[in-house]
Amino acid sequence: MFNSLSDRLQDTFERLRCKGRLTEDDINVAMREIRMALLEADVNYRVVKEFVGRCKEKCLAADVLDSLTPAQNVVRVVLDELTVLLGSTDSKLTLAQNRTPNVIMLVGLQGSGKTTAAAKLAYLLKREGHSPLLAACDTHRPAAADQLATLGGEIGVAVFRGEGKDAVAVASGAIQEAVDHLNDIVIVDTAGRLQIDEEMMEEAVAIKRAVRPDQVLMVVDAMTGQDIVNVVTEFANRVDFDGVIMSKLDGDARGGGALSVREVTGKPIKFVSMGEKPDSLEVFHPDRMAKRILGMGDVVGIIEQAQKVADEQQVADAERMLREGFTMDDLLSQMQQIRKMGGLQKLMGMIPGMERAMAQAPGAMDESQMTRMEAIIHSMTKEERARPKIINGQRRRRIAQGSGRSVQEVNQLIKQWGEMNKMMGKVKGMMQPGMGGKKGRRAMQQMMRNMGGGRMPF
Amino acid sequence: MGLLDSLKNGLKRSREAINEIFYMGGQVDEEFWEDLEDTLVMGDMGAELVMRVVDDLREQAARQNLTRAEQIRDALAERLAAEFPEAARDPFTDVPSCVLFVGINGAGKTTTVGKLAGRAKAAGVPCLIGGADTFRAAAIEQLEVWGERAGVDVVTRERGADPASVCYDVVEEAERRGAELVLVDTAGRLHTSADLMRELAKVVNVTRKRSSAPVSVVLVIDATTGQNGLNQAREFNEALELDGLIVTKLDGTAKGGIALAISSQLGLPIYRIGVGESLDDLQTFDALDFCRALVGEGM
Repeated sequence: MFNSLSDRLQDTFERLRCKGRLTEDDINVAMREIRMALLEADVNYRVVKEFVGRCKEKCLAADVLDSLTPAQNVVRVVLDELTVLLGSTDSKLTLAQNRTPNVIMLVGLQGSGKTTAAAKLAYLLKREGHSPLLAACDTHRPAAADQLATLGGEIGVAVFRGEGKDAVAVASGAIQEAVDHLNDIVIVDTAGRLQIDEEMMEEAVAIKRAVRPDQVLMVVDAMTGQDIVNVVTEFANRVDFDGVIMSKLDGDARGGGALSVREVTGKPIKFVSMGEKPDSLEVFHPDRMAKRILGMGDVVGIIEQAQKVADEQQVADAERMLREGFTMDDLLSQMQQIRKMGGLQKLMGMIPGMERAMAQAPGAMDESQMTRMEAIIHSMTKEERARPKIINGQRRRRIAQGSGRSVQEVNQLIKQWGEMNKMMGKVKGMMQPGMGGKKGRRAMQQMMRNMGGGRMPF
Repeated sequence: MGLLDSLKNGLKRSREAINEIFYMGGQVDEEFWEDLEDTLVMGDMGAELVMRVVDDLREQAARQNLTRAEQIRDALAERLAAEFPEAARDPFTDVPSCVLFVGINGAGKTTTVGKLAGRAKAAGVPCLIGGADTFRAAAIEQLEVWGERAGVDVVTRERGADPASVCYDVVEEAERRGAELVLVDTAGRLHTSADLMRELAKVVNVTRKRSSAPVSVVLVIDATTGQNGLNQAREFNEALELDGLIVTKLDGTAKGGIALAISSQLGLPIYRIGVGESLDDLQTFDALDFCRALVGEGM
């Protein structure tokens, strides 16, 4: 995570922030840093050149240089430009209304993650109430159809395998199969191909001609380097795609390629693929991505992620916590929830400045710390978990022994719990006059129901 | 087609890009240096390494009074070749040997194992394939197809089995049969996934302990990978103590500059490079050939 784009830019801007008024030289230094950082993030060289040129021009405008906070304005300019570069609107799948089945076709290089993305897309569509059919048209790679069949089985989506080596025939067969079985969307997984492989590119064009897809999506590995420009240009010219799925973004690649794709082909990034699980395909948000690249954090992302895992039970828990205080069991379930949301690392990376703080103090907030805390809580009795105040010296020793940790660590955990409880009190205070937000309202309504619509509970 | 020829073919596009600069005028000026720097950066070599190499080269040009672009090209090829460490031993020909293939998802591990097994079989080396990718759907089936093509047996277990115990079985079976070359495919994983890296470390440890033949751990890396390749290699190296690299998919338009960056920064030799789809397109790496082809010497 060191040397990542946001680190570099933050360093640069911290230096700029020290100054009241910027000179052209200052801007040049900053732009040089931005250029290097973007190159390190695998943004294509030509794209970088143009991007930096545009930013510099805007930064040199009089109102930036003469403003009271020039450095902040530079940040603003770079962020805005980056957002524009990534595409300024959210992109969704566009499917023809009056056609059944709709067809989505996936193309890309070998190993970019097409088959995995196909399964994830099917899962997403299934969750939205569609009845997708996966078509295994990769007749080249050994066992590619087996892979898709296994993945389809895991997510409960039908897979059409077809006979023989003719990918076009398999694709056409899949459409017929979908008509026969009332599937409303066919996802066509194709073989990986190099953009300079004439024969294979011809095959992709033939499949496209045969199934007339509503959407052709290109799967691009987020770790791809400078060559991404050649690849997407050639695919755009030959096969022509409507959008991009960026895969492997759960790694630490900055995905600078996303910027290049958008700039060079004008095609939107539609989805990002962030992990091994079928539900890890997410809609791409250019504004969030730009902010994240600039180290400004993806706060909206955290909230959405939290909403995805929060169920009714947890809303009720939150209520109870506000009413009765925070128990050790709550702490435990919160840690488990963090796990569910993709682990501490992922969450922290989304909070502004956190990534840097963590890089500076490695190990301060690692997962094993959480495991240890869990072990300590597991060594407490039910009573102790509900009312941690009763934990005296003797109990502390027992808990330490039971969990294989030191008494100091137990003390630390109890101290942390105390602080969290204090914070909870503050939240309670804040929530009292009106309880803002959708979640708050819902919790409130429920509370009202529980109490027969009477007084506030606190 | 000779080795050098197909290498050149694979690297043709990058060479053309560099040639464009070299054939411009022929005289060396400030613009030449800047363009050279830019082209190397475009080849995924990494800004830091490029700066270092180009600065060195400038100094050398001034010292040795190199004024023609062509002379600089020669010097550049040598300079780049010097960045690659020499392989002390080739784990695929110096048998007995046991090789574990590791890397991120989609790098080309399974295909590489298949090709190397075919090569070994053709050379008459008794070989055994181990399928320790028990995670990805149909990875075992894919490997079995490769094994069939190569005429080499595959030892594996059902999907979801513990990969370390698969390795144990593979090594045991290899010793029982007297197989001299053991090639083990592992599941692709991102270097940022701490749990999966620990699992892999266990796989490697078990194999190192159990195998009586020397064990090599080889990172397979896709030539289209950008600067993140360095992070990948660093993390894998830290967790597993890598022995060397195999670079795949050099037959596209990707310049493969990341191979240079990884090899030079981590001191890892490159054992093989993949420059095409067929069995013979997995070639022994020669630093000077590679660099000459890269900078377009003799074209």
